Amino acid sequence: MREKLMNFWERRRRNPCFWGLHAGPGRYLNWFLALVPFAVLVSVYLIASDIRLKENPDYKYLPSVMKMAEAVKELVATEDLRTGHYILLQDTLSSLRRLGMGMALAALSALFLGLNQGCFPGFRALLLPFTKFLSIVPPLAILPILLVAFGVHETVKVVLIFIGTAWVMSLDVHLAACKLPKEHITKALTLGASPLGVVYRVVFPQVMPRLIESVRLSLGPAWLFLLAAEAFAASEGLGYRIYLVRRYQAMDVIIPYVLLITFLGFAADWLLRTYMRWKYPWYFVVRES
Amino acid sequence: MIKTADELRRASVLFLKDVYKAYGPKVVLDNVDLAVRGGELCSLVGPSGCGKSTLFRLVLGEERPTSGEVSVGGKPVGFPSVDRGIVYQQYSLYPFLTVFDNVVFGRRLGHGILGSLGKSREFHDEAMFYIEAVKLAEHKDKFPHELSGGMQQRVALAQALIMKPKILLMDEPFGALDPGVREHLQVFLLELWERFEMTIFFVTHDLEEAVYVGTRILVLSQFYSDGRGNGAEVKRGSKIVFDRQLPRRAGATAVKDRAEFRALIQEIRQAGFDPHHLQHVTKFDLEHPDSFHDLTDEELKKGE
Ligand SMILES: Nc1ncnc2c1ncn2[C@@H]1O[C@H](COP(=O)(O)OP(=O)(O)O)[C@@H](O)[C@H]1O
Repeated sequence: MREKLMNFWERRRRNPCFWGLHAGPGRYLNWFLALVPFAVLVSVYLIASDIRLKENPDYKYLPSVMKMAEAVKELVATEDLRTGHYILLQDTLSSLRRLGMGMALAALSALFLGLNQGCFPGFRALLLPFTKFLSIVPPLAILPILLVAFGVHETVKVVLIFIGTAWVMSLDVHLAACKLPKEHITKALTLGASPLGVVYRVVFPQVMPRLIESVRLSLGPAWLFLLAAEAFAASEGLGYRIYLVRRYQAMDVIIPYVLLITFLGFAADWLLRTYMRWKYPWYFVVRES
Repeated sequence: MIKTADELRRASVLFLKDVYKAYGPKVVLDNVDLAVRGGELCSLVGPSGCGKSTLFRLVLGEERPTSGEVSVGGKPVGFPSVDRGIVYQQYSLYPFLTVFDNVVFGRRLGHGILGSLGKSREFHDEAMFYIEAVKLAEHKDKFPHELSGGMQQRVALAQALIMKPKILLMDEPFGALDPGVREHLQVFLLELWERFEMTIFFVTHDLEEAVYVGTRILVLSQFYSDGRGNGAEVKRGSKIVFDRQLPRRAGATAVKDRAEFRALIQEIRQAGFDPHHLQHVTKFDLEHPDSFHDLTDEELKKGE
């Protein structure tokens, strides 16, 4: 028995699964380790909430799971008095629509700008410095200007997301286009490509994966701009709801909303990543070499 | 010089006359003359930094000579175009296209999207013909990253061949391959060259490869002397210092071990690669029938 234990320790010492440079956590341990911090966070919350609520059942800042579930149920089931839509659904759809429109516009413009800047030196000289300038302007600082310019309509949210992400993405696409080996372009010319053929059949397919990666990275900032714009100028939306109920310190609504936003962000990222793996299998190999 | 420049120009696929290329104060190509006939497999060697790639870029049309004439098929070269095919050491293939799509790409690009409609059968047969010629039919649906280096270069050959270029330019095409694969591809290239009657301009830094593959060997070198003397003010660039016809041998690579092969290599090494062996411009070994060299009075000046 004792010997077995010693053997076990010896094996562990040689093949550590957690500590040190040479650790190799197996598949199951990997999953387990990944879940630990989540478990800790949830437990700490539950315990803290439980303690507080025992002392004072009306304490609002750490609502119990039951309380949050009730609040969510109400948001799912109640219709908005003004519009007649279910609140949670309506908020989610509105926010996703704005996010989608903003990102789609930004991605298209980034593709157009980046591709042409990457391929045509004249276009680059004309627009690259300006794009760089625009990318540094802090989008939130010009929100008041946008509010004046576009009013509190849908446009202002989409525009803010667009302004906040398009320039950086276009610089990214531009870099990807510049990084392509010059040989690819010369080769295409010897294969009879027209200038547009070079841009749209040689460069374009190769910057697409980079654009998608760029969209993934920009999703974070895009949410930030969306929530900020909704806080100022909206009558529905996830950001609007959070800022609205903040006045009543309704943590039982805010926490589920934060979780929902996080989940949506995660899902969008996962979708894009999966799409890339499926559509551009060569990209990962080329990038690593 | 037996023929006039005009006659040579007309008879040649590739023709360079009085070509100079300088980057700022640095002269790289110094009065280079060259005429290459159709059907020739012309290999170009030279010590590193002598300007092989520079010459290559001039022929390809990526750069212009500082002065002088470069023509392909009798016409001055412009930007890269379909009359010059190319195989690089790397990056010849598009990573986002399969083998088949890489080969057919030239036909599709040339016809545009609308022009390609209804032609897919024709393109398919044509592409498959070349893919079979490089013996890759069973790999046609793979992506380049799934192929070995040697296979990739064979795809690159098919990709260039389908365009039937007037001249095929190859820049160190086998430079990144293992020795065994490399020899195999040299033999393979010779077979294709014979079968398709190509004109090839083959740049390499490997002397043995150049002599083995070529029907004509050109040596570009900065190690020579001329009438301009050796003063610090003389900005000398590279010239073609050696130009010979090579006997066409049967494919076997065994010739590389033969005495005459080794002797020729020794000779070339001395003529082009030895910084202490400075041959005078008038003494260059330019035995090839198409070889010509217009020297300036400066270069011919006696003295020193
Ligand atoms: N774009 C350039 N600008 C300045 N100098 C260059 C450029 N390209 C080549 N050179 C110079 O020209 C010389 C020949 O270069 P290259 O043609 O690459 O030689 P090789 O291919 O024979 O090794 C080198 O000394 C290099 O420094």
